[in-house]
Amino acid sequence: MNHGGSILAYALQQLINGVTLGMIYGLIAVGYTMVYGIIGMINFAHGDVFMIGAFLSLIALVGLAAIGVTAVPLALAMALLFAAAISALYGWAIERVAYRPLRGSFRLAPLISAIGMSITLENYVQVVQGARVKPLMPLIPGGITLMNQNGFAVRLGWLQMLIVLVTLLVLAIFTWLVTRTPLGRAMRACEQDLKMTALLGIDVDRTISLTFVIGAALAAVAGFMFLLYYGSIDFFIGFIAGVKAFTAAVLGGIGSLPGAVLGGLLIGLIETFWSAYFSVQYKDVAAFSILAIALIFLPTGLLGRAEVEKV
Amino acid sequence: MPRKTRIIRLTAVLGALLIGMAPAARAQIKIAVVGPITGSNATFGTQMKEGAEQAVADINAKGGVLGQKLVLEIGDDACDPKQAVSVANQMAERGVKVVVGHFCSSSSIPASKVYTEEGILQISPASTNPAYTDNGSWNTFRVCGRDDQQGAVAGKYIAEHFRGARVAILHDNSAYGKGLADETRKAMNAAGLKETIYTAYVPGERDYSALVSRLKEAGITVIYIGGYQNEAGLIIRQAKEQGMHVTLIGGDALVTKEFWDITGNTGEGTLMTFPPDPRSRPSAAAVVQEFKAKGIDPEGYVLYTYAAIQIWAEAATKAHSAEPRKVAETLKANGPWPSVLGDIAFDKKGDITKGDYVFYVWHNGGYSQM
Repeated sequence: MNHGGSILAYALQQLINGVTLGMIYGLIAVGYTMVYGIIGMINFAHGDVFMIGAFLSLIALVGLAAIGVTAVPLALAMALLFAAAISALYGWAIERVAYRPLRGSFRLAPLISAIGMSITLENYVQVVQGARVKPLMPLIPGGITLMNQNGFAVRLGWLQMLIVLVTLLVLAIFTWLVTRTPLGRAMRACEQDLKMTALLGIDVDRTISLTFVIGAALAAVAGFMFLLYYGSIDFFIGFIAGVKAFTAAVLGGIGSLPGAVLGGLLIGLIETFWSAYFSVQYKDVAAFSILAIALIFLPTGLLGRAEVEKV
Repeated sequence: MPRKTRIIRLTAVLGALLIGMAPAARAQIKIAVVGPITGSNATFGTQMKEGAEQAVADINAKGGVLGQKLVLEIGDDACDPKQAVSVANQMAERGVKVVVGHFCSSSSIPASKVYTEEGILQISPASTNPAYTDNGSWNTFRVCGRDDQQGAVAGKYIAEHFRGARVAILHDNSAYGKGLADETRKAMNAAGLKETIYTAYVPGERDYSALVSRLKEAGITVIYIGGYQNEAGLIIRQAKEQGMHVTLIGGDALVTKEFWDITGNTGEGTLMTFPPDPRSRPSAAAVVQEFKAKGIDPEGYVLYTYAAIQIWAEAATKAHSAEPRKVAETLKANGPWPSVLGDIAFDKKGDITKGDYVFYVWHNGGYSQM
């Protein structure tokens, strides 16, 4: 298939593709892993909050264009803030309605409630926004050509750089938040023992609510980047991206923030390189097979800690 | 609950009486138009309804068919296969002789099974999937082209206009997409051009960058896509972002504003096959005037629906009967039938004998015939 001796350039281009895709997965995966880290529950509705974040960003961008805000950086910043704020509200409400009443009940109850919430959100958006794909024109086109080998030009888009930067920035901020702030300390305490944490005078409900609010705002950032990069969203994107991101969180070691990004990166790279050198059709089969094999040998994921039962 | 049972029984008897009475009415012939009156394809449903209403009005103004007036029933399938089957059963109950519809192939095909069993003639103005007529039912007809006719036009065009180019043929593995891609490939190979890459992609994804890089590395300059506007739009957008100089060629699915919404300027110059605008045909001039006088622009499928009813009426007159089987035989045995779409003849399957596809091109946010 190689026709012009551009093996290196081709691999580099695919690496760029894979890293970008992986960073998007990682950005969503951070939200899964954070909630799991605190209350030990998979928040299946996270993918749908991501979808809602993308829709809110689009609504904001269209609205801003309509009232005459045409400066692209200003419009983007305002849309991102709007989407993050409203999504945070969604996150708070979801926790309040679907998870808090079930806290202290058996372990599977909030999981089922989460799946129900996910279906509810998807259908809600389908009804109010319609089932059709919603497009956004390219707002930040262009990029740079890194190298040129026998006519094969390696392109790196501005948006691709932005996605990598945003993901790493988010990872840094959240690692700092969890390890260095009072809120982070409260979160880690909740992770170990909810009852004991409450006895020590920490408002557990407030801590968990805040976790969901932050997680949802993060999902909105991911939705915003997704919308800008791909320019096409519908009510179902949360499901597909959610499954991949959840897989990334598990592969990286659920509960670990750097693990989520690392897991996302690996899945993105596996998918891309499989498509690049083998079959485009079976990339998901490849990604999930590797996940299954990895979990056989590393049951806690790449960076996950084994759960130690203290007696 | 004996009381409740009695009421139900009474209602059933009354209902049966009412149903029994309906066909006993006077000399009328019931025909139906069924399409997506609601849902995301409602634009097309409205076009079909407008075309059908005008056709029935025009025929009745000239005295109807076989001396009887036509009565039009309107059915809504929302392009949902399940709803299509239940509407088909409703139409059978109402005793219609012919159904003009449905719109989506995925509705027309399951509904056609009901019509075959119930002895109703079906003429689709829009369903292009070959399977609709390929199963050999006596009652299925269409006045539009088939996807394989479309592929033949596209393949020949690529071979002639892009001689020596490196061509990639992609499809989404759907009945429509793969069918179209395979037909295009066949015609292109027959005309002496071999594709460099032939592969399927996964529909519903957003990231096609790995596929695009693969095309770039193979030096592709022409991409043919058998698939829908969303994926085709993303693929060409990502290809241009990676600095490729390619021409995208696709089928009728790309003739929608949604395609340009996704691609923006990266969609410039995209080519696709689509039937020529029926409004510009001389045979349609008089009817187009009638529509315009009513404030209706007979775009899209309005005239296709009009033609379906027009041809049916002529065949029924010629057969001296509205009995569906007789009309079906007459439609196939005779012809060509003059209509607003020009002269149309049917082959043994019920397809039109002349596939009429031409090329359209996207330019500056709009598309036009080349």
